Amino acid sequence: MTTLLKVEKITKKFGDFYANDQISFEVNKSEVLAILGENGAGKTTLMNILFGHYTPDAGNVNFEGNAIEFGNTNNAIKLGIGMVHQHFTLAENLTVLENIIIGRQSIFSLSLPKRQARVKILELSKKFGLPINPDELVANLSVSEKQRIEILKTLFLDCKLLILDEPTAALTPQETDALFSTIRNMIETGLSVILISHKLNEILAVSDRILVLRNGSSVGEIATHSADRKKIAEMIVGKKIDYPQKKKIPRKSKVLSLVDVSYDKTDAPNLIKVNLDLYGGQILGIAGVAGNGQTTLAKILSGHFKATQGKIVFNEAQSVLTSPKSFMDLGVAYIPEDRNSDGIVGDMEIWENAIMTEMDDPYLRNSLGIINKKTSFDRSKNLCETYDVRMQSIRQRSRLLSGGNVQKLLLGRWLMRKPKIIIACQPTRGLDEGAIASIQNLLLKAQQNGSAIILISEDLDELLTMSDDISVMYKGMLSDPTETCSTDKLSIGLRMAGDGFL
Amino acid sequence: MIEFIEIIFTAGFWAATIRIACPLILATIGEVLCERAGVLNLGIEGIMSIGAMVGWMTVFLGADLYTGILAALIIGGLFGLLHAIFTVYLGASQHVTGIGITMLASSLGFFCFKLILPASTTPPKIKPFQPIDIPFLSELPFLGPAFFQHTPFTYLAILVVIIAFWLMNSTPLGLSIKMAGENPMALEAQGIDVFLVRTIAVVLGSALMAVGGAYLTLSAFDAFYFGMINGRGWIAIALVIFASWKPERALLGALLFAGLDAYQVRAQQLAGAVIPYQFFLMLPFLLSIVAMVIAAKRTRYPKALLIPFRRGERH
Repeated sequence: MTTLLKVEKITKKFGDFYANDQISFEVNKSEVLAILGENGAGKTTLMNILFGHYTPDAGNVNFEGNAIEFGNTNNAIKLGIGMVHQHFTLAENLTVLENIIIGRQSIFSLSLPKRQARVKILELSKKFGLPINPDELVANLSVSEKQRIEILKTLFLDCKLLILDEPTAALTPQETDALFSTIRNMIETGLSVILISHKLNEILAVSDRILVLRNGSSVGEIATHSADRKKIAEMIVGKKIDYPQKKKIPRKSKVLSLVDVSYDKTDAPNLIKVNLDLYGGQILGIAGVAGNGQTTLAKILSGHFKATQGKIVFNEAQSVLTSPKSFMDLGVAYIPEDRNSDGIVGDMEIWENAIMTEMDDPYLRNSLGIINKKTSFDRSKNLCETYDVRMQSIRQRSRLLSGGNVQKLLLGRWLMRKPKIIIACQPTRGLDEGAIASIQNLLLKAQQNGSAIILISEDLDELLTMSDDISVMYKGMLSDPTETCSTDKLSIGLRMAGDGFL
Repeated sequence: MIEFIEIIFTAGFWAATIRIACPLILATIGEVLCERAGVLNLGIEGIMSIGAMVGWMTVFLGADLYTGILAALIIGGLFGLLHAIFTVYLGASQHVTGIGITMLASSLGFFCFKLILPASTTPPKIKPFQPIDIPFLSELPFLGPAFFQHTPFTYLAILVVIIAFWLMNSTPLGLSIKMAGENPMALEAQGIDVFLVRTIAVVLGSALMAVGGAYLTLSAFDAFYFGMINGRGWIAIALVIFASWKPERALLGALLFAGLDAYQVRAQQLAGAVIPYQFFLMLPFLLSIVAMVIAAKRTRYPKALLIPFRRGERH
């Protein structure tokens, strides 16, 4: 087996923060090396160094025996390293063909050999089973088509090593399978692949070897065939994962009921006569394929939408509800589906986000009504410690937090208010194993303390482990709840497809 | 009423349209180049002004007219480089830098003019480009005097449109410029230096703006005076949006605006006694705004316009 890439003791700092600390590994010819790690473990930074976006502070990299020049993407491309970035690097105003051929001639060259390029692209497209239309505008393509273009772009460069950064993040299961068969094809023709992911199942299915990173350091390497799922998950997180253990507690009084609530407007999926009862200490799971009205329901329950018909009753008394704020004051917490755009303000600092919903708390203001920085900082630090939000400083911009930490920040902000009702929309979507377990444990703890939770999720495993009862949403209708112990994946799946709805 | 329609059937109207359009064409294409690469260049008004001055002064001091164009080209490029250093390399605000350059360039131009010619009260004159008759074509009735009896500078401006069209659509540089203004990270991922591409675009674009200014002093008129650009730069900024950042549509937009302007001058003469002339002066601007609103609906801005690119930063 010949070594293609040899990485030695790479170190990269951002300020005082070690994104990569003395990482070494090798990639052989014709193999798939998977690099696993939590969000923020340093995977993408490492790849950006290999591909020349970043210059490391120490260490060196050999490719086919030649030292690579850092901080120069063109050099990496010339050596034969190709990279498909997590966020696509395509210009939407150009065609597929133009996106692929750009950069192959000097920018001072006077001709653009489109014809030869088209022939080569179509050949590659056929060889690797990646159908495309070279003259289509990139703006008109779907996510999986864009990814195909990204892969073709690297193949067009005759790359020997292909780096795929979180390639399946936005793909459906079918598209993921197709991608993996493409990867297999590539390996057969002699290419090597580095696959970055945090989805364990996928890694086990397609890789030859696994390298695990944690907090910027390498924590071990395993051959995939001898790997054990649970053990890898623990290597990634660095401790035994505390898998959530659901405990049922006796129901308390009714906190919320919906009577014939409908929503009939064109701006969101509609609801048709939804009835629902929720009790303290209960987790009610709501299953359903995305777009069947779950988000509308969550927005009505948190005051962002107003139901066109029906009654919402809190604590057995119909309240006057005019704004999200009045729902908050009644003790409703809302974890939005899109945490980055609806949950936090990415360009504001962590402490600002941590106290954003608490501005009516006199403790956080001085006598003139101006924010009291000291108490606000204390509150934010306390929040981050209590809920294990991992960050470098509370003065850091929130967009630099990983998904799991954003979610912990959000959930923590609500939990500090001791909410009576938590509306959680897709709370663990896109998170890694460790973060999923933390979020689920936080929710279960809230339930033990008597909060009522509506858990809206597409992940049936999550619903089955967490919920006391499960309802299914289909085309705006909500089924009566079934006790979790008396149902299973198959019957929920059937109802999600419309079985049992009129 | 028939006289108002007859205006557009005179060769003089069309010849004037083209003459008025030329500086706008050059400036708009210059701005298109800058903005396509992601850099708004509000220095346009000042760069046109200093281009007009430098071009004229070069000729006044004894050089020939083509050297005058070259001098304008160079001074425009230099101010473009200044703009690029601030906005591309230092990532400064494109609005503030651009306005600063407009103020600096227009004042510096007039200052140098006064320094060299302190005593002049009435602007001195040069002998500008003279119309040349294109063989055969210029003898055609109507079409000849309308389109084929212009100065060489005019034909040069049309040539620039063709070259810009070719550059944007058929060369690696054009493709890189378009990508730099849309997704600079994508350009870097393909191994191209985003800073270099943006700088080239801004320098080339600013050079064209200065040449657009020089058209006024070397072809349209024969003298330089303060404030002679008179908002043409700002009109070019609007025409870029009308043109959807495309050189060929910039030509169309400039002709449309110039046509309205040429028309209003003639309409004034016909109806000046009845309708105040200010109404006619307003017309091209009013109709341009209407055209702009209609065209802007379908417009797609370059996504990375106004956004500085920083290497090695987390996105």
